[in-house]
Amino acid sequence: MSQILECKNLTKSYGTKTALANINLSLDKGKIIGLLGPNGSGKTTLIKLINGLLVPTNGEVLIDGMAPGVDTKKIVSYLPERTYLGDWMSVNDAISFFVDFYEDFDRSRAYDMLEKLNINPSDRLRTMSKGTKEKVQLILVMSRRAKLYCLDEPIAGVDPAARDYILSTIINNYAEDATIIISTHLISDVENVLDDVIFIQYGQIKLISSVDEIRYERGKSVDGLFREVFRC
Amino acid sequence: MAWNLSSERPIYAQIIEKIQQDIISGNYAPGDRLPSVRDLASEAAVNPNTMQKALTELERTGLVFAQRTSGRYITEDIIMIQKMKEEIASAHIKEFLDKMAQLGFKKQEIIDLITQLEKSDKEENE
Repeated sequence: MSQILECKNLTKSYGTKTALANINLSLDKGKIIGLLGPNGSGKTTLIKLINGLLVPTNGEVLIDGMAPGVDTKKIVSYLPERTYLGDWMSVNDAISFFVDFYEDFDRSRAYDMLEKLNINPSDRLRTMSKGTKEKVQLILVMSRRAKLYCLDEPIAGVDPAARDYILSTIINNYAEDATIIISTHLISDVENVLDDVIFIQYGQIKLISSVDEIRYERGKSVDGLFREVFRC
Repeated sequence: MAWNLSSERPIYAQIIEKIQQDIISGNYAPGDRLPSVRDLASEAAVNPNTMQKALTELERTGLVFAQRTSGRYITEDIIMIQKMKEEIASAHIKEFLDKMAQLGFKKQEIIDLITQLEKSDKEENE
């Protein structure tokens, strides 16, 4: 089985508001996928459904053939929009926390990345800037040897130079058969590392294509296409 | 340092051109071993799958060959490299001629212009 993620008629409504409508999607192993859409298009809802933080109103989502639950959490590494780590924690504390939680956490990989980004492991999260906190969080998430990584806006708060490092961290740290979903608005920064992109709008999939297909067939960047498709 | 890639053209095609350029300029000598897909992808700041695709295409053309266990190497066929160099030069010249034609220049006028430019460059240097 080569599908890591499958959504079948996936629908999520909040009261009368439909956030995702009848999504059918299947993602292969070993790809980096950009989940792109304007604000309020349903990106975070989809990622939360994959992680079992929300329950579908209709339809189902399967990760490696399983419904979200204890077993899928073992293989899905999730970077949420907001931090959930206590700000009293030092980076060392956070790492121990992850080691306790996840069997697949690679401690040496985490310390290695911290060193490269000049982050002191004994610093407390409280004393860090927003960008540094985001870097720590991403390091924790990428230090797991997961099968599926869901990164919700991983580079929004960091400066362009660190963005490049973070992207190369992502490239260098995923196993060949792992899949990464990156949701972001910063398309031009990430498009070179993506295999495929999914455009989503009003809770529906507007387009699934490979980056090179878009460039080849339309002669424009993914960023350019996005601006055209979602022109306000 | 990430490679300087244009965002409007397919990435893998640009990777191919970049590696061809590196071979022509002598950055990679005939018979040199290429870095691993991962390392190249990381250097270029592109997806490893895309890098793989580009290398496979280079292999198909014969410019790069794979040795089962030890990686990929630049071809030792110097004639092939020379031929590629000429092909790329022809493409550049064709593009140049097209642009000049758009400006309304005839072939002889272009040649005259080049000769004239070369002369004045020489005079400046003297």
